[in-house]
Amino acid sequence: MTSLPSNEQLLYIKNINRFKRKVKITRLLIFLLFFILWEILAYTNIIDPFIFSRPSSMISAMLKMLKDGTLLRHIWVTMFETIIGFVLGTVIGTLIAVILWWNSFLNKVFDPYLVVLNSLPKTALAPIIIVWLGNNIKAIIAVALLTSVIVTIINVLGGFNNSDADDIRLVRSFGGNKKDVLLKVVFPTAVPDIINALKINVGLSFVGVIVGEFLTAKEGLGYLIVYGSQIFNCGYKQIKLRFELFICSISILDCGKIS
Amino acid sequence: MTPVAHLKNISLSYHSEHGETQAIKDISFDIYDGEFLSIVGPSGCGKSTLLSIISGLSKPSSGTVEILKNLKSAYMLQKDHLFEWRTVFSNACLGLELQNKLNSQTKKKVHELLEKYGLGEFSDKRPSELSGGMRQRAALIRTLASQANILLLDEPFSALDYQTRLTVSDEISQIIRREKKTAVLVTHDISEAISVSDRVLVFSKRPAILKAEFKIDFFSNGKNGLSAREEPEFKNYFNKIWKELDK
Repeated sequence: MTSLPSNEQLLYIKNINRFKRKVKITRLLIFLLFFILWEILAYTNIIDPFIFSRPSSMISAMLKMLKDGTLLRHIWVTMFETIIGFVLGTVIGTLIAVILWWNSFLNKVFDPYLVVLNSLPKTALAPIIIVWLGNNIKAIIAVALLTSVIVTIINVLGGFNNSDADDIRLVRSFGGNKKDVLLKVVFPTAVPDIINALKINVGLSFVGVIVGEFLTAKEGLGYLIVYGSQIFNCGYKQIKLRFELFICSISILDCGKIS
Repeated sequence: MTPVAHLKNISLSYHSEHGETQAIKDISFDIYDGEFLSIVGPSGCGKSTLLSIISGLSKPSSGTVEILKNLKSAYMLQKDHLFEWRTVFSNACLGLELQNKLNSQTKKKVHELLEKYGLGEFSDKRPSELSGGMRQRAALIRTLASQANILLLDEPFSALDYQTRLTVSDEISQIIRREKKTAVLVTHDISEAISVSDRVLVFSKRPAILKAEFKIDFFSNGKNGLSAREEPEFKNYFNKIWKELDK
């Protein structure tokens, strides 16, 4: 394997690299084009900059808020709430999945309930939760938790049930009990599904947090969005869209990383 | 030879919402110490179920299994079932680990076994880096390491391609003989059964009954699996078993 790769192999690698580069450049171009087009349309008054704002004023407002530190504080609050909601959702969801895997009776009983709860728009329950837990961070985290926990249960339980029956038979034949089956076979088999659940949960608990902040918060990005739209008439019209811009850029950068 | 297990009047029925199926009907035989016993029969005749009963994982509907005290059985299944999230060494330790017998002494023994059967340098590799034959050998070491006396082989070679299958079945049966273990092999491949065993039991279609028993004496004459296939006698055994199955 130490010999030099053939010309054919080199050409193949070169083509692959060229393709990857093309994908990256095109992605970046779309990103830039979108904002340039937006700026031009706003500048020429084809779209109303009063409603839709414009990238240049969004960037300047962003810089201003970065300077006085408010932006970082709001980002931090939202991130903190998202992480707590995300961790709680994953841990509690996985625990419930373990219980349902362990007990086939409970599994059968709760199966239809999981389907119903999963189709429920969880954020619609946010107002009730806020009345229940009060106008505070607890309520926001509860909303974040609620949005992610059911999906976690369904995904992780699905992963558990994917484990090979003969793998389990093998562990059993060596005298392993149900706990051994869980720890040595079922859980390791489900690791890819758990990682998948993690990926989904980050997004879902972010949505939960933003919705929670819409309704209650004095801090955080969700609050900033609502604040921005409420003082719409006072000249700070860009605030709301600026954060959408912010979220957009984060998600695009994220996509870049994943691929 | 002394028997290590008695099976007496074993019957087993499966139950489902659609009804009852009798899989095994009144089967009795003994397993002797150090022998290589094969069970052949048509697919779905309950051979695997019988292994499951011997191992204690399933209970027969009626009949008894008596296994000599302090003897343990362990499985080797159709696929090797090496866990990809463990190294070859830690896969080989699985049995010991589950029996809480993993210590520096038994670990050393696992290393010795891996070394002895040519997997020493693969200890820290993942199972996916091994060839099909090596994987089956690793699975056998996992079984041997668990200090079981009776090895239950449930069609352990059927997932391999034909050529690998010939060498691997030869190799595995020799290792089992060298380690002086008792083995019960379930297979639907008549030549495989003849080439590796001391004794072959023939089962009928479902509900399975014990139809015939053949003693194979290649091994007592010092012939190994592959050269056994070249003996003129081999064809005779094959034809006799074939006829029994066909009846």
